[in-house]
Amino acid sequence: MSEHMKLYEVFIRSRRGLDHKHVGSLHAEDPQQALEYARDIYTRRSEGVSIWVVNSSDITASQEGDCESFYDPHDDKPYRHATHYQLPEAVNNM
Amino acid sequence: MTVSKDTIKRYSIRLGDDAVVLGHRLSEWCSSGPFLEEDLALTNVALDFIGRARMFYGYAAELADDGSTEDTYAYTRDNREFTNLLIHELKNGDFAFTMARQYFIDVYSLAYMEALQNSSDETLAAVADKAVKESRYHLRRSHDWMLRLGDGTEESRSRMQRAVDDLWGYTPEMFEMDALEQELADAGIGVDAAALRDDWEQTVHATLVEATLEVPEGDWAVNGGRQGMHTEALGHMLSDMQFVQRAYPGLQW
Amino acid sequence: MSQDVPQAELDELEAQFQARIDAEEKIEPKDWMPEAYRKNLVRQISQHAHSEVIGMQPEGNWITRAPTLHRKCILLAKVQDEGGHGLYLYSATETLGTSREELVQALHDGVAKYASIFNYPALTWADIGAIGWLVDGAAIVNQVSLQRTSYGPYSRGMIRICKEESFHQRQGYHIMMTLMQGSEEQRAMAQDALDRFWWPSMMMFGPHDAESAHSARSMKWKIKRQSNDELRQKFVDQSVAQAEEIGLKIPDPELKWNEERGHYDFGEIDWEEFSRVVSGNGPCNRQRLQHHIRVHEEGQWVRDAIAAHEEKKRQRAGKAAA
Repeated sequence: MSEHMKLYEVFIRSRRGLDHKHVGSLHAEDPQQALEYARDIYTRRSEGVSIWVVNSSDITASQEGDCESFYDPHDDKPYRHATHYQLPEAVNNM
Repeated sequence: MTVSKDTIKRYSIRLGDDAVVLGHRLSEWCSSGPFLEEDLALTNVALDFIGRARMFYGYAAELADDGSTEDTYAYTRDNREFTNLLIHELKNGDFAFTMARQYFIDVYSLAYMEALQNSSDETLAAVADKAVKESRYHLRRSHDWMLRLGDGTEESRSRMQRAVDDLWGYTPEMFEMDALEQELADAGIGVDAAALRDDWEQTVHATLVEATLEVPEGDWAVNGGRQGMHTEALGHMLSDMQFVQRAYPGLQW
Repeated sequence: MSQDVPQAELDELEAQFQARIDAEEKIEPKDWMPEAYRKNLVRQISQHAHSEVIGMQPEGNWITRAPTLHRKCILLAKVQDEGGHGLYLYSATETLGTSREELVQALHDGVAKYASIFNYPALTWADIGAIGWLVDGAAIVNQVSLQRTSYGPYSRGMIRICKEESFHQRQGYHIMMTLMQGSEEQRAMAQDALDRFWWPSMMMFGPHDAESAHSARSMKWKIKRQSNDELRQKFVDQSVAQAEEIGLKIPDPELKWNEERGHYDFGEIDWEEFSRVVSGNGPCNRQRLQHHIRVHEEGQWVRDAIAAHEEKKRQRAGKAAA
């Protein structure tokens, strides 16, 4: 099992038009097998129209320690958000 | 000459028997697979075959119009009345045996169901439509397993070779035609199984070679399933499968 | 790792951690967490995962004997779901840095536990009804509560599992209902199954809160959201009406509606039986574990083969590229 088989993360697009969403992981020997097992394990109730599998070790993740430098600098840029701009009622659905 | 309803019914029961018996065998793997992912995947295949059986039996019951249901066929007939091809009923053996059997059947079943899609009988053609989709996936899986196990370790190769050798003599039966099936094939309702043989052999040979396995000599062949002449394995399977219906006949469950 | 961190800093981290939990924020895999929290989670989630996987056996015991093709499909799909749920939960545990292989080894060594209910045998078809209705019913009461657990991957797993399990309890109840509408023998079979599975189902919620070893801290960390006794009460309250509806009698002479509490009062669990089964003396303990070990060992050559095949493919690809 895991002494051989690699861990894959599974992402599923539940409907056309939606993003792929992470749903879980599984063990498989190669990407093809991972894809098939993802089909058998994560779409038993027709949950998906498209599957991605990614070798878990290929994911580079941000670390909690990076939080301050990664995300905090975005907090002071409210002008990126639509709600920042007060407009007259008549045109406010802009 | 038109084909009688009874003939089509018997044909549909045969195909239902094939599916229910294999589905049952595969269901025996549930909670015994070599690892969890494969356990779940095998169960999906089992569910497909039992589902297929229900469709063929359901159609037979409709044609019989005598109060029979899918369960009448599955649960109240004895050994000699079952008409499945023998290969389906053999005990699971090890994982190599189960997968080699699955591969032989998947190659056959895909071709068979593709041909049945052209049946002039709309119900059979519709069941075949669904079955083809399933079989394509089954074949993809079982084909990969042939390569992995054949061209894996020493042990897996020898297990797979033994499985192929032990199954080989049950494969010619898949291509035999009796009077009933010939009549249906001639009428454009049933499949001419004999015509599928060359392609099957070619495909299977190629896979065996790719999997570094020997193609068996082909010096033995067993048949009789369509006439109710079974191996001893089927009776035991039925005594298990039919236990509740036999112990408490005629009830709803 | 945490040994290298000075105590003051550790206290600070722990305070931040607790603040996050108190604010109902989820803890995610890369977050700092106290080692005890991690350990506690691995213990609970893996126990849950093992329960799902070992739980395949008693019902699996009836797959080949299911009385109709429809029931056979339902049961097969259900047992398959249990396997899937075990897999989701193993995945959640792996995010905490413990591999599935280690977890399985712990199960085989008898270090990791699984729910004791699965050490009882499934003897008749009605047991499949009782297991779905009561055992899944009890599990769902617990799992619904755990959807709000503080660890993100566990919580998400629970949400997925609850969604999928909604049919499990209903199919079990439907089996019981069908039996109760059937012959004398069938009704007796259903009642007998309820008689045997009622108390073991009640035990699934674990010891009383006062005696529960891990409860207080688990509640503080919001790994558990409701206490054993609260959940057990909920299960009793919902089950009584369900039993009455189809004419089954819950085997508890002390079961009585308590107007004041707004709940049912019920009798005491046989805790001696509970500890007997937990400590390995249930009817099927040895058999369940041995089945799992045997299957795992029998699968070894298959797992070896796919690894060898993959290696050969890699080498061939390397040669082709060279």
